[in-house]
Amino acid sequence: MSREGWINAALYAGLLAVPLWAWLADEPFTITLATRVAILALAGVGLNIALGLGGLVSLGHAAFFGIGGYEMGILASHAQSYSPLMETPFLIEGTKSMPIIWLVAVLASGLAALVIGALSLRTSGVYFIMITLAFGQMFYFFAISWPAYGGEDGLSIYVRNGFPGLNTLDPIQFFAICFVLLSAALWLSARLAASEFGLALGAARQAPRRAETVGLSPYRLRLLAFVISGAITGLAGALFADLNRFVSPTMFSWQLSGELIVFIILGGVGRLFGPVAGAALFITLEHFLGGLSEFWHIYLGLLLLLVVLFARGGIIGLLAGRRVAHD
Amino acid sequence: MTDPVLSVQGISKSFGAVCASDGISLDLRQGEIHAIIGPNGAGKSTLIAQICGGLRPDAGRIDFLGRDITGLSVPARARLGLARTFQISALAMEDTALQNAMLGALMPRGGRLGFFRPVLRNAALRDTAMQALERVGLADQAALRTAELSHGQRRQLEIAVALTLRPRAFVMDEPMAGMGAEGSRQMTAFLEGLREEAPILLVEHDMDAVFALADRITVLVYGRCIATGTVAEIRASREVREAYLGEDA
Ligand SMILES: Nc1ncnc2c1ncn2[C@@H]1O[C@H](COP(=O)(O)OP(=O)(O)OP(=O)(O)O)[C@@H](O)[C@H]1O
Ligand SMILES: [Mg+2]
Repeated sequence: MSREGWINAALYAGLLAVPLWAWLADEPFTITLATRVAILALAGVGLNIALGLGGLVSLGHAAFFGIGGYEMGILASHAQSYSPLMETPFLIEGTKSMPIIWLVAVLASGLAALVIGALSLRTSGVYFIMITLAFGQMFYFFAISWPAYGGEDGLSIYVRNGFPGLNTLDPIQFFAICFVLLSAALWLSARLAASEFGLALGAARQAPRRAETVGLSPYRLRLLAFVISGAITGLAGALFADLNRFVSPTMFSWQLSGELIVFIILGGVGRLFGPVAGAALFITLEHFLGGLSEFWHIYLGLLLLLVVLFARGGIIGLLAGRRVAHD
Repeated sequence: MTDPVLSVQGISKSFGAVCASDGISLDLRQGEIHAIIGPNGAGKSTLIAQICGGLRPDAGRIDFLGRDITGLSVPARARLGLARTFQISALAMEDTALQNAMLGALMPRGGRLGFFRPVLRNAALRDTAMQALERVGLADQAALRTAELSHGQRRQLEIAVALTLRPRAFVMDEPMAGMGAEGSRQMTAFLEGLREEAPILLVEHDMDAVFALADRITVLVYGRCIATGTVAEIRASREVREAYLGEDA
């Protein structure tokens, strides 16, 4: 195994070991922290497919995170009030079933990514960043001004959604669910990166003219990456809302899009476990520094500056060295 | 005689006041190397961009394999079998030479990309890419990152990527640019044999190479085609000498 492989294995084991220890020691709050890391890492793994593999700096991924969150909130709130979402032309009822909620989250955010991507990917560079930001803000203001689902105050869900055979209110069981989904996304992301699609997408990022002259369409490659990316981030949004049992417009905020990018930069752009390392570091800092000072973001900013200046490959790059092509 | 593989008919393209292509017509026949020469800024790269699809001509049409391709995109033309190499290498610098060489074989005509199978474990693709690297003399560098290759090696890799496309015609923009005397000689020897595989439209400043390789030469000056003919005809033409070749030819 390569050095990066060992580091990834250590991170993976660590993310599993901490909540298990907390479970044995009866520290539910620590389990919740680890669950937050897993969910935010999942959102980051999604973004990393667009940002790391595709080179698409999206400052609008909160749109997908929020869509996942609101989709869960809407379905669950209708289920808890026993009122259908709509009755004509056909009946759609709410649901508290996680698998259905996940599926709808993936479809809804994937569809949104298709529309947003199809329009935004006609631009590049700074314009792409701005247009994705604008789309994200559109959703944010829409959520604020939509009284049916809580408007500015957000929407509370009283009981966590259910998964067949599990007690999702038990912190360790809910962590297990999130951890499994994160693992699946990491597996998918690794497969994609090593596949023909991954090679083609990498060529479209590094040398778009080359990609075109071998018969590949950079636009379509990027759009597909953007859709997969948005769908995974949307799934994370549904889990995040479930963790908090609360959805609010802040899930759509540009600060959230920014945080996802911060995870990736801290962890290492385009590194498989970059978002995991970044999210873990972010939550750890927030927890310990946030206790010391309200202005802990200053330290985060300082750290980010150091990484950008001295460790371009993020934490993983610093520890593992250059990325290598592996068989 | 058979139809030309590629034919350019009356192509014009202006950038504001600059007329970069002024009614250019030429064709590329099976088995030949057709060189395009001309001074800097004559419009050679602009012509190639129109043939390969990066630029739309203002007027005129381009046929490839008996089909009008004037309206097709760059990838669509590539999938028909038109392989281009760039004046300035365009390669995925973070990827290995082998990964770059695979790119040409990734889209077999009408094919689809795989999403799950590791590309480096695809034996057929690997073989195609390795063969191309061997042919251009880069087999030993296959596992090196492209950024670590020398300038000359990147020029060779450009050719290897074009080879894996298994093209019906090559369009090469200054393949010898910046290669040095020895590199140029090797590349000349290599292109000599390549014409059997597919005809080559060759833009080149290295006159030794052009005179050694070309079956026909077209001379461009200020976007106009001032002469087309065999090496002997072009060397003998007074107009060409005045416009481009100078005293030493
Ligand atoms: N995108 C563009 N916009 C404006 N002018 C352009 C553009 N591309 C090329 N030109 C102009 O068109 C003319 C032809 O340029 P081109 O690059 O085709 O020349 P060339 O024959 O390839 O030269 P060289 O031998 O230096 O490569 C030049 O005057 C150039 O300045
Ligand atoms: Mg040129």
